[in-house]
Order: sequence, then structure tokens, then C-alpha cells
Amino acid sequence: MIAIVDYQAGNLASVKKAFDHLGYESAITADPAAIARADKIVLPGVGNFEATTALSGTLREAVVKAIDGQVPLLGICLGMQWMFESSREAPQLRGLSLFAGECEKFPAAVKSPHVGWNQLWVTGASRLLRALPQDSFVYFTHSYRAPVVEATVGKCEYGGPFSAVVERGQLFGVQFHPEKSGTTGLQLLRNFCEL
Amino acid sequence: MLTKRIIACLDVDAGRVVKGVQFSDLRDAGDPAELALAHGRAGADEVVLLDISATYENRSTLLDVVRRTARQLFIPFTVGGGIRSLDDAAAVFDAGADKVTVNSAALADPALIGRIAHRYGSQAVIVAIDALRVGNGNEMHFGVKTTGGRHPTGRDVVEWAREAEQCGAGEILLTSIDRDGMRDGFDCELTRAVVGAVNVPVIASGGAGAAEHFVDVFRDGRADAALAASIFHLGITPIGDLKQELQNAGIPMRWPC
Repeated sequence: MIAIVDYQAGNLASVKKAFDHLGYESAITADPAAIARADKIVLPGVGNFEATTALSGTLREAVVKAIDGQVPLLGICLGMQWMFESSREAPQLRGLSLFAGECEKFPAAVKSPHVGWNQLWVTGASRLLRALPQDSFVYFTHSYRAPVVEATVGKCEYGGPFSAVVERGQLFGVQFHPEKSGTTGLQLLRNFCEL
Repeated sequence: MLTKRIIACLDVDAGRVVKGVQFSDLRDAGDPAELALAHGRAGADEVVLLDISATYENRSTLLDVVRRTARQLFIPFTVGGGIRSLDDAAAVFDAGADKVTVNSAALADPALIGRIAHRYGSQAVIVAIDALRVGNGNEMHFGVKTTGGRHPTGRDVVEWAREAEQCGAGEILLTSIDRDGMRDGFDCELTRAVVGAVNVPVIASGGAGAAEHFVDVFRDGRADAALAASIFHLGITPIGDLKQELQNAGIPMRWPC
């Protein structure tokens, strides 16, 4: 069972619908016990980094414990940003620090939010991106972006390069919305399900 | 490269897709869920469902239509019409929408934009502006209309777009009432005026009739996205052919799709 962590940040139903469509069992949950039992964990999310406040306490402990036990984790959009150390959007909050660096706003030279279909530039070996062609189009909608780091396996270009996909071991993060990226996004989610 | 977006719009009345000319003369064009899926398969970058009579008739948005439409659609899905409060927006998000558009209610209470943005993020709030040319020559300006284009508000489109952005709008959906349903081209002057005034994406709407109209609104109007309804539903311009033509004209498109 795939646990979709409910932290009141919206977009949960879309992610669940995609798993339903692919034929994989998933559940939207805020129960630490359910997260502890899950085969895989998804941290969805759109919205303000402040929304991750709801991920403090027992929910955070459950996620950390699961990933220590090598349970695959996929962070989507805000969920991926939470896997970094922090974000300028809410500097007082600490992310999971699974990846180094701080998320920051787009430069003033480009429109923000970055909304629409942009290309994925695959830069490293990735299990999550298996069978996805170079320069595939995926759907982004975000005002803050994560830096390019060692774990970056896919970049996107908008007012400079940023991390579109990060991957290390059983940890995966995508800045775009695979559940809204048509057949390309569904392939990525299938890859995650089949890990 | 970030592409320009082609958005298929479903104007829904009493659970059926309809299309009018200048907001009246409505004709039946099919089932919203089926059409949304067909547009997605055909290459639409997004689908918008507008419950066009919701505000006028004071009905709530047809949530079951939203739910049915959202079930199979794995591209961005926006819903508007009759969203008057955070609770109305929440119900639409719960039914499967990724974004909402607000129009009349935001004009009456601009803080509504911020309330929705605070909970769901700015990227989930599109402020829809219905624009009408008012006056002639040097006196001409773009005025805001509301409630399905039935009442003038006395507001200026460019000023209202700026205020909406400040209130937390993530995108502006800009419809030219002068061009709506006419199929003689988007209002590029209107689009350019708003694009130049805000730093959020602007979706141009009203007047799509042929591929060159899209080229014009992306090139001259500087739109980030263009929305059309009847030319897609009625099969006048298949989306794939349109995107191929735009691609050939040097406009970045999601392709293949």
C-alpha cells in the first residue's frame, strides 16, 4: 500500500486518482501508524512552505523512521522542497534535510509562478525516469525552486537551471506534477510503483 | 523551454457543454467529462470548465460534473463559475479541480483571492476578467464587466488585473467580450495591455477562429496561454493541427503531446 501523506496541502485526490488509474492501491492518511505500515510513501503538495508545519511531530517522525528503513519516498512539488534543508518562503521552518540546500524564489526577470509545460533535461542515471525520453514535457506550477545539487538527475531551465528531479537511493523528489503531466507523468508514477 | 499553452474551455450550463455568441444564443455541444477527455487526448495542455450560468442563476457549481470530469483527466483542470467563498472553492478542489477561477465575487470582495491563495496557493487561483472596449479614439479604455457580461462595474481592466495580482492571483484569464464567439481573432491590444501590467501568466480568451489568431495573440499579444471553446468542440480546428501550425510558426509548443 502506498501512503499519501495528508498534511492539508491540497492536490491529494489527484495523486490518488493517478494511482487508482494505474491499478496500485493507495490511501490518503495522516495516521503515523498507517505510514509505518506503508510499502511506499508519497508527499504531495502545492502551496506555501508554511503548510509543512503540519508535518511536524509524530507525522515527521513516522516519515523519517520509514525512510531510515529504506521505504521509498516520493516528494512532489512542495513535498520535494520539504526534502531540502529549508525554503526562503518560510525561513523559520526546517525541511527534512535529505538533500542539501535552500529553496528560493525565481529571479524577478521571469514571471512567477512558473506555470505550464516545460522540458525535463535528464542529467543522471535514474530509476524514477526510466523510459522517459530526453526533453519530455511535464507540468510545473510553483513560485519557489530547489537548487541543482549532487542528487539532481533532472534539471529544468527557467530563469536559470533548477532541480526538477532529485534521486538518491530510495529517495525521490519531483518539482513538477506527474499526476498532471499526461502519459509522461503516469509513466513516472508507474516507475515509482514498480520500484 | 516553457511552452505557450493551448487551453480547451468547456462552457457548461445545466450539466451540458454549450457555446454562445457574445454570452448568449447557447447551443448544446456535448457531455463535459467526455469532451474534456477527448480534448486531453487531442493535445490540449489544460482544460477549463466554466459553469456559465452559476452566478447569474445563483446556482452552486455542478460538483458532480467536476468530479466526473476530473476522474480520468491527467492534465491541469480548472473550474469556475459561481465561486463566491472559500467554502465554494474548497468544494470544487475536493471534487478534483486543480485551480479555480473567480470573477464577480472577487470584484465584490478582492480579499477572497487572498483567502483562497493562502489555503491552496496562488498557483491555484485564477482571476477571470471579462473586458469590454468602452469609448472611442483616445478615450477608449478596457472596462470590466461582471456577472456573465451583463453588468458594467466602472472598473478599468488593467487596474483590476494589477490589484488581483497583488491580492494573490496566480494567473489572469482575460476574456474579450467584444470578440467572444466571433471567431475573428483575439483582442491582442487588450492582451498586451494586461501582460505588460502584471508579472503573472495571462490567458487570452475570446475570438479564436483560426491558427493565425493564436500566432497573433502569442506574438503580438504576448499571451502566455490561449483559450478557446467552440473551434475545438465543433471540430473546426483539431488541437493537434493547431499546435503543429504554431510550432511551424516558431511558437514553442508541447509537442508531441
